[in-house]
Amino acid sequence: MKQLKILGLVAILAGLIIAPFTQATYGTYVLSSWLVFTVAAMGLNLTLGYAGQISLAQAAFMGIGAYSTAIMTMAGLPWIASVVVGMGLCFVVGLILGYPALRVQHHFLAFVTLAFTTLAFLVMRNEEWLTGGIYGLVGIPRPSVAGLSLMDGTRYYFFTLGVFVLASCSFWWLVNSPWGRAFKGLRENPIRANSLGVDTRLVTLLAFAIGAAYGGLSGALMAPLVQYIDPMSFTLIISLKILLMVVVGGSGYFFGPFLGAGLVIMLPEFLRFAEAYYLMIYAALVVFLMVVCPSGLLGLLSRAIAAIRSREPAERGDLKEGAQL
Amino acid sequence: MSDFLQLIISGLSTGSIYALAAIGFTLLWQASQTINFAQGEFVMVPAFFILVGSQVLGLPFPVAIGFGLAVAVFILGFVFKRLVIQPMLPHGHLPIVMATIALAILMRELVKEFYSAEAQTFPALFSEETFTVFGAVISHQDIGNLAVSAAAIIALQLFMGRTRTGRSMQATAQNPGVAEILGVNVQRMVLYTFMINAALATLASVLISPIYLAKFSNGEPIGLVAFLAAIVGGFNQVRGALVGGLLIGVIDNLSAAYLSSEYRIAGPMILLIVIILLRPQGLLGTSEGRTV
Repeated sequence: MKQLKILGLVAILAGLIIAPFTQATYGTYVLSSWLVFTVAAMGLNLTLGYAGQISLAQAAFMGIGAYSTAIMTMAGLPWIASVVVGMGLCFVVGLILGYPALRVQHHFLAFVTLAFTTLAFLVMRNEEWLTGGIYGLVGIPRPSVAGLSLMDGTRYYFFTLGVFVLASCSFWWLVNSPWGRAFKGLRENPIRANSLGVDTRLVTLLAFAIGAAYGGLSGALMAPLVQYIDPMSFTLIISLKILLMVVVGGSGYFFGPFLGAGLVIMLPEFLRFAEAYYLMIYAALVVFLMVVCPSGLLGLLSRAIAAIRSREPAERGDLKEGAQL
Repeated sequence: MSDFLQLIISGLSTGSIYALAAIGFTLLWQASQTINFAQGEFVMVPAFFILVGSQVLGLPFPVAIGFGLAVAVFILGFVFKRLVIQPMLPHGHLPIVMATIALAILMRELVKEFYSAEAQTFPALFSEETFTVFGAVISHQDIGNLAVSAAAIIALQLFMGRTRTGRSMQATAQNPGVAEILGVNVQRMVLYTFMINAALATLASVLISPIYLAKFSNGEPIGLVAFLAAIVGGFNQVRGALVGGLLIGVIDNLSAAYLSSEYRIAGPMILLIVIILLRPQGLLGTSEGRTV
């Protein structure tokens, strides 16, 4: 089973490497933006799916990452430096924003993070000297690796893919380390986790901060990809979109955000024929999905697998009865 | 000083309308732990039901209001509860949050595509005439809005406190398990709550649409204010939502007049964060116990 899984992963990775050669420029761009949003959704999956803390601020963190990258690379600094600064900034802000999570839960947290997203948007829009205001920043350079310019779309795709694989591997390591198990413990039963010696305060804060740093990384990848950022790319709607990616894919499943981001990014392409009705169909689909399978697509899948598995060794009611007699 | 008084009174007037939306919001939370992110759209849409009644079906305006109320109570109360919320209740908060957010987008888009993307004028219940008290100019509309919302809230309180159905609803909100054992039809009481929420939203819609005009995008700011009012006042208290609504109405009016317009919405947002940090149960609320 495990070998099968590894084989599947290798096949998917190979597919991702071949993919841009079968696509025109636009296809490669869509694939790149899928990778970028998957990184953001992965971060939110840690906060929401593993640690159980709802956050509507992921777009704001993407914004912080994107603006730091844009401002620093346009000033001539290397991309890697801007990533460190952007992720660091997000980490610190995430720590601060996680603080209310120590006191309040669920809906309150949703509102605090919602308020933060609105405030971040206001700053991006109003502080023209720094962020270019409503017109945003234009002409963000793409980085070059080992003297090789990444201005070409396909090359930048491979660069994004590399960072994406790196981010996924560290995420995998994180959630399977004792640390990561503490995150799950927090989600399942905070008080029990606490009584078993898990420092729930620290773990909650870290869930926020690391999730935020992934948002920052995603923003840092996004700014050079689109080469143009404005405050409208980081509004509450985008936060909801990322939240949707996590929930639709299956929050708390490692591959949930991968699948969810793919659907959310690709769906507009498929619904293009609907034009004006696109948002309507989209919203109706989300309501339907939430009503029918609230645990997301992977949740549905694992339920189906569990149902098939449990059928195999059929329940022998007669034997049970006999044992009792 | 007279300017200040004027701002306070018009703030109280819009605040009382916010309070209607906020009270519906807290009722839903108490009855079924539903956080309705579409509450703003619930206030936006009934105005369009009424406009359809008066302009498309040609009903006289008072009849159109009745028509709008009936449609709203059926769709936003009954259908919303049965088809959307009920199937998701066993799965916790998150799916409901996502679904109501999507529902808000759906309602906005439906109105935009099938009615109009333009702001629609909406007939006022009260005249726009004004009179002067201590130098402050006060309109009949402000007083009328305040009076109607106050009457609605008092009626709601009497219904909840003095009638058998109302008390059953309170019992359901406080402890559904025990309420059911004592013979209360819990599902029906929750349904009533959803219908009352729709009715309150319709009332708020009728009162606020003459001021802001009826527009598909109105829901977002109204919904935000309703959340703010509910949180500031206290999530588990009708009184709290009332105080919160009035407070937000006044603060919003004052900050629009005295602070920069660019950061106008920042004021209530910061207030929200401060309240959640310092007094998460709200100004009037009592803290909810936690279970292991």
